[in-house]
Amino acid sequence: MKNLHSLKDLVCKLILDIAPEADMQSLDPNEELREELDLDSMDFMNLLDSIAKETGVNVPESDYAKVNSLQSLTEYIATRR
Amino acid sequence: MKILTMPSFGADMAVGTIVKWNVKPGDPVSRGDIIASIETMKGLIDMEVFDDGIIVTLLAAEGEELEIGRPIAELQLKNEEDSNNSSVQIVESGDAHSVDVGSNTAVNQEGASNSSDSQNDVTKESRVLTDVEVKSGDSINTRRPKISPAARNKAEQLGIDWRQLSQGTGPDGALLLDDINIADTQSAEPALDSVKGPKDMMRDAIAANVSRSKRDIPHYYLQLDMVLDNTLNWLSLHNADLPPSNRILSNAVIYSAIARTLSEFPAFNGFYRDGHYQPSDSVHLGNAISLRQGGLMVAAIHNAQNLGLLELMEKIKDQVNRARKGGLRMSEMQDATVTVSNLGDRGTDSIQSIIYPPQVAIIGIGRQRIVPWVIDNVVSSATIISMSLAADHRVSDGHSGARLLNKINKLLQTPEKLV
Repeated sequence: MKNLHSLKDLVCKLILDIAPEADMQSLDPNEELREELDLDSMDFMNLLDSIAKETGVNVPESDYAKVNSLQSLTEYIATRR
Repeated sequence: MKILTMPSFGADMAVGTIVKWNVKPGDPVSRGDIIASIETMKGLIDMEVFDDGIIVTLLAAEGEELEIGRPIAELQLKNEEDSNNSSVQIVESGDAHSVDVGSNTAVNQEGASNSSDSQNDVTKESRVLTDVEVKSGDSINTRRPKISPAARNKAEQLGIDWRQLSQGTGPDGALLLDDINIADTQSAEPALDSVKGPKDMMRDAIAANVSRSKRDIPHYYLQLDMVLDNTLNWLSLHNADLPPSNRILSNAVIYSAIARTLSEFPAFNGFYRDGHYQPSDSVHLGNAISLRQGGLMVAAIHNAQNLGLLELMEKIKDQVNRARKGGLRMSEMQDATVTVSNLGDRGTDSIQSIIYPPQVAIIGIGRQRIVPWVIDNVVSSATIISMSLAADHRVSDGHSGARLLNKINKLLQTPEKLV
């Protein structure tokens, strides 16, 4: 559980690199991430790129539906590290 | 000697601040060198020089905010003899707006009140040589166009500074009487008011530009729904085993199809100036990038018609990242020959855009959406985009516009050909 927390912090940090104005405090972790933070397809690809570099977990396009919220994205990474 | 001025990076830019000089007096520079970083409403832009030479003086200090068109540095052009012609092409006398400048820098105070487009024209596009400079045997760029005596009289009567005008419609781009009359009506546009704040000025500049577009350009609009399934299927196969950094987005395929098609349709790719249309040999595809802090930036992807899909994807990615983080180059901001406006995944189904003068066409892309679609009398589902074209009826007709959109659609059905 502690690992999941630090992983979520890492993902939040990577999101802030891409969307510096994002309000991570008030983000509902189960809401659709791209919708909530106004991430376009380029932003999302850049986010997955930095996640791959930081964690070694590569999210293929076919799994995009499984990583559409902060919670599901973090869990997805956690189970594959 | 050439005076470098605060460049315009878009119709909605009124002022810029020099954040950092990368050169000092005495430094040699080559075409393409980045000499300064300029902070604008839209972030940090790298300013390039377009000539080889030596920086003589810096006329603006770091941190100083200047209106576009204000002089910021003096450049002695390569091979230029430094004696007689140093003040030749500098316009008019007046108070020098300067920091540490010598007395020979005469500056035209009217310069900044011109529209950003005519500034672009003056600084970049219409490099009409005057007799004086031709005799000096060098390809010195000057700001002074030729002018007929009648036009000159008229300009003086009307109080128009013709030296600030772009190329005219006469021989060798000489300004004729009509050009002065047109300039007179254009100068009636609301001038930028230095008392207003930068946000107001940006709004004013946008207002002036789109009003000019809607007033001067007889737009016509076309729209076509395009099925994207072939493109998306091809992309998912292509991207399947690739890390995110090597994936291609559907936008890149769409832009590539647009750029390649435009290279065969010159009536939609070029500049309309002073009653005359000049098609461009290359497609410098203006990509309208929305900025997180608000606003839009249009950055040109140079020679997009020659880029493979992977190259184009890299360019788009690099450009979007630089647009958002700073570091776009001046040349990217100024010479788009056509613009693509894309509202993205969460936009609306379609967009009808306003042409960016002096361009003659703008292509709008709505969001991808799944709709019922009839193929061979069977209704099935398809992912489509609505692509719109707004074009200048002075230059092209609906018939050729429709052919353009249909050709783009055809290319999108065979994305493998774009690689």
